[in-house]
Formats: sequence, structure tokens, C-alpha cells
Amino acid sequence: MSTGLIFAGTGAILFAMGVAGVMLLAHLLRRILAFNLMGSGAFLILIGLAQRAGLVDPVPQAMVLTGIVVSVAATALALALTRRLHKLTGAYTLPATRDD
Amino acid sequence: MKRAAIIIFAALFAFVLIVAMLELSALPSPKVNLPAAVAANMAASGVEHPVTAVLLNFRGYDTLLEIAVLLLVLLVVLAVSPREGKAPAASHEPVLQVLARVAVPVMLLAAVYLLWAGAHRPGGAFQAGAVLGAAAVLLHLAGLLPGWNAPRLFMRAGLAGGFLVFLVVASALLANGALLHFPPEFAGALILLIEAGLTVSLGLILAGLFLFLA
Repeated sequence: MSTGLIFAGTGAILFAMGVAGVMLLAHLLRRILAFNLMGSGAFLILIGLAQRAGLVDPVPQAMVLTGIVVSVAATALALALTRRLHKLTGAYTLPATRDD
Repeated sequence: MKRAAIIIFAALFAFVLIVAMLELSALPSPKVNLPAAVAANMAASGVEHPVTAVLLNFRGYDTLLEIAVLLLVLLVVLAVSPREGKAPAASHEPVLQVLARVAVPVMLLAAVYLLWAGAHRPGGAFQAGAVLGAAAVLLHLAGLLPGWNAPRLFMRAGLAGGFLVFLVVASALLANGALLHFPPEFAGALILLIEAGLTVSLGLILAGLFLFLA
């Protein structure tokens, strides 16, 4: 088992933890953090799987570099919307919806 | 009950994903060999570092859309900001001001070095932009350059400049037949021009995202 595969496996575990966090946590700040965890897991999988043979592949590296910047932007957008929600409703959780 | 089900589902999901990856790595290597394709075209890319070549030449679309996404997010953050885009008040602590005065010139130098180094080693516009953004945040919080309180034309031009330079270069290259199809003899200079614009804009946008959210 190469180092790349260990990275990819760690990424899979992080991604699953992030998925569970997004579904389980009600506080929006925690949910945004869990969402970031999912992103980090996906980046680790991309990088790790690409160099599983020990060779460095520049294409996934460039994609992950782009992805990191976009995830920073998405986090900032989510935080701005959360703050707006807090100003309008005074709550840091989404209003409850009926499951139908 | 629901909680336990979700945790079990997530654990199962991670397990299946890891098994799939182990199976995948046992397969023979794929027919499309991307590292070899990149290496074969490095001479035409205008830069010497493969990651920079992929980012700005082979997959320039990604980078163009990325800076557009960042600009869009900054506009949305400004639009939903309850304080009408006012950055946080600056402190005037003398220790912080001295630290900023010492650190910021070095950070600027590091940003320019990272930008230049991107052509032949790890580095490039994004790393340089991140350093520049940190320097801008430090300057604002120390109260030395509180330009974020009343963004003027210069600041707005800087925010949009990187995207506009990239867009102008991309559409000028349409004369070659395709968007972002660099002629090999000018590729190096054009990439450096785009990266310089990207660095300034990324630094300003990242600092703006931080300061308008703070």
C-alpha cells in the first residue's frame, strides 16, 4: 500500500465525517465547518489517488489548487449568508421544515 | 435512531469508498496518461513548472472561471452585508503598527518572489495572492492603510482588474481560433501578465472577503 493510497483513504474517512456532520449538526457554523471537511477529503482523494503509483500528476494538483480557492470563496459566501440569516431571524439554525 | 443511522451510513460509505479505491489501484494504469501528456507539451506552454502550465495554459478555463467566482462571491458578500460593506474599525496599537511596518514590506517581497517563481518551481498567482491578502488585512487592522472604509475607483479597479485582464487576453487570443490558445512564442509573457493581474486581484478579493465578514 503506497503513501498515496493512505492519503486517499484518509480523504475518504474525512469526507464521510463531513457528510455525517452536514446531516447531523444543526448550528450553521458547524455545518459550514463540516462542509469544509468534505472538501478537504475530496482534495486528499484527488491528490492521493493520482500519485498512487509514486509518480506526481500535475493535472489533479492544479485542479485541487483551483478547488481550494473556490472552497474559500464558498465558505465566505456561506458565512455571509449565515450572518444575514442571523440578522433577520436571530437564529444560527435553519428554520424547521416538515418532512414531506 | 436517526442519528445512529446517519453515523452507520457514513461509516459504511467511507468503507465502500476505500475498498473501491483499493480495487482501482490494483487495475492496470489507465490509457490516458496525463503526466506524460503534460510533459510532452511543456515546451509549448511557455513556463517550466508543470502545475503552472496546467493552471494557466492547458486548463486556463478553470482559472478564468475561478477568478470570476471569487469576484462574484465578493459582490454577494457586499450585497448581503448588514453594515453596507464597512470594514471593521482599525485598532491603533503601537506594537501592532510597528510589527506591520516591519512585516508588510517583507510580505510584498515574498509575494513578488512567489509570482516570479511560479514559472519554474512551486509558486504562482494564488500563493502570491494569499500572501498579498494577508498583508492587506494586517495593514488594515493596524490602522495604517484603512482604504477598505471607503473603497474608491482605484480599489474597485484592482478588485476587477485581474479578471478583466484575463478576459481581454482570452478574447484577444480568439483571433488564433480558440479561447486561451497561447502562441508558444508569447505564452510565457502572456502568462506572466495574467498572473500579475490575478495576484493583485486575488490579494484584494481575499482581504476584502475577510474584512467585510469580520
